[in-house]
Amino acid sequence: MPPDGAGAAPVLELSGVRAAYGRIEVLHGVDLAVGAGQVFALLGPNGAGKSTTLKVISGQLPITGGQVCLTGRVVNGAVPERLAQAGVCTIPEGRGIFPSLTVRENLQMMTFSGRPRSMIEEQAYARFPRLRERRRQVAGTMSGGEQQMLAMARALTTDPALLLLDELSMGLAPLIVDELYEIVGQIAREGISILVIEQFAATVLAVADVAGIMLQGRVVQVGTPDEMQTALSGAYLGGGG
Amino acid sequence: MDEFIRLTIFGLVSASIYFVAASGLVLTYTTSGIFNFAHGATGMMAAFVYWELRFNPDGPQLPTLVALVVVLGVLAPLFGMVVERVLIRNLQGASLATTLVVTVGLLAGLIGLAQTIWPPEQRRFPGFFGDSGFEFLNTFIRWSQAITILIAIGVVIALRLLLYNTRAGVAMRAVVDNRDLAALNGAPPSRVSSMSWAMGSSLAALGGILLAPVISLEIIALTLLVVNAYSAAMVGRLKSLPLTLLGAVILGLLTQYEPSYLPRVFSDDRLPDWLTGLNVSVPVIMLFVVLLILPAAPLRGARLRKSARIRVPGLRTSIVGGGLLVAAALVASGLLGDQDLRRVGEGLALGIIMLSLVPLTGYAGQVSLCQFMLAGVGAFAMAKVGETGSPLGLLAAVALAAAVGAIIALPALRLQGLYLALSTLAVAVLADNMFFPQREVFFSGTIPIGRLDLGFVDFSSDSAYFVLLAIAYALVAILVLSVRRGELGRRLLAMRDSPAACATLGLDLTRTKLTVFALSAAIAGLGGALYGGLKVTVGPTDFQMVLGLPILLLAVLGGIATASGALVGGLFFSLLLIISDEVSALDWLVFIGPGLVGVTLGRNPDGLVPTVSARLHGLRDRLRGRAEPSAAPSPRRILDGLGPDVPVGAPLAPEQLRALDDALGIGAVDGGRQGAGEAKEVGSGAAPRG
Ligand SMILES: Nc1ncnc2c1ncn2[C@@H]1O[C@H](COP(=O)(O)OP(=O)(O)OP(=O)(O)O)[C@@H](O)[C@H]1O
Ligand SMILES: [Mg+2]
Repeated sequence: MPPDGAGAAPVLELSGVRAAYGRIEVLHGVDLAVGAGQVFALLGPNGAGKSTTLKVISGQLPITGGQVCLTGRVVNGAVPERLAQAGVCTIPEGRGIFPSLTVRENLQMMTFSGRPRSMIEEQAYARFPRLRERRRQVAGTMSGGEQQMLAMARALTTDPALLLLDELSMGLAPLIVDELYEIVGQIAREGISILVIEQFAATVLAVADVAGIMLQGRVVQVGTPDEMQTALSGAYLGGGG
Repeated sequence: MDEFIRLTIFGLVSASIYFVAASGLVLTYTTSGIFNFAHGATGMMAAFVYWELRFNPDGPQLPTLVALVVVLGVLAPLFGMVVERVLIRNLQGASLATTLVVTVGLLAGLIGLAQTIWPPEQRRFPGFFGDSGFEFLNTFIRWSQAITILIAIGVVIALRLLLYNTRAGVAMRAVVDNRDLAALNGAPPSRVSSMSWAMGSSLAALGGILLAPVISLEIIALTLLVVNAYSAAMVGRLKSLPLTLLGAVILGLLTQYEPSYLPRVFSDDRLPDWLTGLNVSVPVIMLFVVLLILPAAPLRGARLRKSARIRVPGLRTSIVGGGLLVAAALVASGLLGDQDLRRVGEGLALGIIMLSLVPLTGYAGQVSLCQFMLAGVGAFAMAKVGETGSPLGLLAAVALAAAVGAIIALPALRLQGLYLALSTLAVAVLADNMFFPQREVFFSGTIPIGRLDLGFVDFSSDSAYFVLLAIAYALVAILVLSVRRGELGRRLLAMRDSPAACATLGLDLTRTKLTVFALSAAIAGLGGALYGGLKVTVGPTDFQMVLGLPILLLAVLGGIATASGALVGGLFFSLLLIISDEVSALDWLVFIGPGLVGVTLGRNPDGLVPTVSARLHGLRDRLRGRAEPSAAPSPRRILDGLGPDVPVGAPLAPEQLRALDDALGIGAVDGGRQGAGEAKEVGSGAAPRG
């Protein structure tokens, strides 16, 4: 069980969550809790159901059983835009940006969180000066790293209650990955709860408070990053990446 | 030179109208993925409402500006929003056939409604500032024409500003880019598409009001404006507004140059008789050409959806069913009065034409809007070869229609989904303009069509012909069902479910497509020949594209993948005919009825039965106090939680859940997204932790 989640309601709690694509069930009863201010790293091999779990939490995929709670509230079946407005910030797998909008227009889309545009632009440019230079550029034409920074700007600027990150590192150079995780750490220090999904453990375990391993639609093990590191190197991931 | 300038200016005026209409189409399509066939009908309705407010001698005769504001600023956007809310929003993820049927239903319904409210008569509809105008480059230009161009320029600028300089516009483009991500940002895609439908409807209305003085206030003509809009929008592949503008300009110029310059190609400076329909056909020809030359874009909105499993009757069952139908027809032919007999017979004949959609749309998933035209081809062959009722006539009908069907399919082979449907629509409209009115075909009058005479039995009496129709229906249904059970049927289903997989498996898609088009056309041709025999004489307007719309709608209502569904659809049509015989005010029920059917499907894309049963389940659960906790947390920070009185992890009592629902202001948002059974699990799932 999470070390510092005791007492208060976990920010996010899944119990016995089942979900399916059409008739094929992919999540077979997922249990997971992210305490306030915690960084929870969810690890697992391809096809384990990590991204599906994230879709369920963000409201993109209806569940077929169990329940999803945010701070003790059952939010089964809530639509993604309501959850987003309520402070669940999801950066999906791949690049979480609108490729044919400019950088500035991408930032403008973040104002649906309720924050004024000036504040969002100011914070985003302060943290990523590159984005200011490229604010008129069409986002899809930027490099992968720059696109991921733009996506992360939403996490930084919209003051979410819960941040969901799916494979930040996908297809990026190690240096950029490190930089991105530095930002994750910074966001975590502000007290924002984070659920971060990765296939390979090395970088993410450094910033995580708790880690869980997902296998075939279930969270099979939860523990401290160290414990998980040991478990991983012995097990299926062959030492992680 | 003067003439060229004049034509160019007038071409730009037309282009302006086409662009205004087409931009609305593009806006709605990109943000919702639903192609609005009723776009032109919306413009038509708006033009009539505008006439009612502005020009009707018995109406309020409002000043121009007031009438414009009422129609464009209030009624049209409201209409668009209602359509989006009631019909379109439920269609996310529905099959292409369903999405098409819904807006086609709306189109048919609006035509019927307009015909009922505004029966044909002369209506004065002058353009802005009447006939006054000014001289420009030696050309007299009416104010209304100049204003039209200015309006189009205004629309271009306004759309540009909206889409690039406002958050709502940016959100619209974001939804086009990535609908899910827009929602994750907190921009509700449904509100965005509601807004774009409001604007699209307004633009359609503006197009209709601008066009009405040019082509006169006429229901079908105004509705078909949409075809011009399709052609223009297709140049931009339904996505790009600048390319749509280009398409509109090309089309506008073509429609002006063609009547003046093309005749000069011929020796006596006039078009040969057989080309007279060309003038009005320029837009459809352009649509067809553009569809063919543009690289096929990956289609949206045509995702696979699991279809209900339909049991396919075996040979014996289908023969027994056919026998029962014929027996019933024998009995009915003695009981029904002349008039009713003819109406039910009409339903049977149309039922055969609907059967032609079963292999094509039901099995193979290809949507065609030209089946009625193919029926007309069959009727034509019967008239020419089977004047005396010779069976050769029927054979000719089947063969000719099959050949025409295959020819239509040939260029259409590389098209799929919506593009295919549009190309068949173009062909049907082209036939309306250029084939049926030919001197050798139906020309301007009517021509007689023989009823089948086999020598030993004669079907010329009404009751005998009625039985013949039932026999024909039964035979075709048996044929269609055995196709379904056979090798071809499996190939068709495989093609519908995954064309890509079929291709990789080495299945010859081209041959399969050609075969099913020819088969379907042959059935339609047979149906048309028999339908013609029932009517005794047919004319050039009997097989118009618009008249064929109810056929598609009712076939889908009955069940597009079942042979008995076509019968249900056909008989439903008969019923509508009989009702409108009795009540003359309901003349246009044959349009409104099917329109309502399409609209119903929009509410329940899965069909009525699954929806009704889901509702019943939901009701049962609510009665037992197991409301689905389907609510999002309220804005600002779920961290605040619910307060100390709700122990974390404890199961919420039903009344707490309901209170939560109420507090958060969402009813059964997602009653449909979650089955009824889970409510139970939600309650008990957290119990062990309490
Ligand atoms: N849209 C979909 N339709 C059908 N099945 C899907 C869909 N998305 C995922 N799946 C299936 O669900 C299972 C879990 O997929 P998911 O994307 O959640 O895995 P993952 O743990 O994120 O894997 P990865 O590390 O490769 O991203 C897989 O077997 C996958 O094939
Ligand atoms: Mg994944």
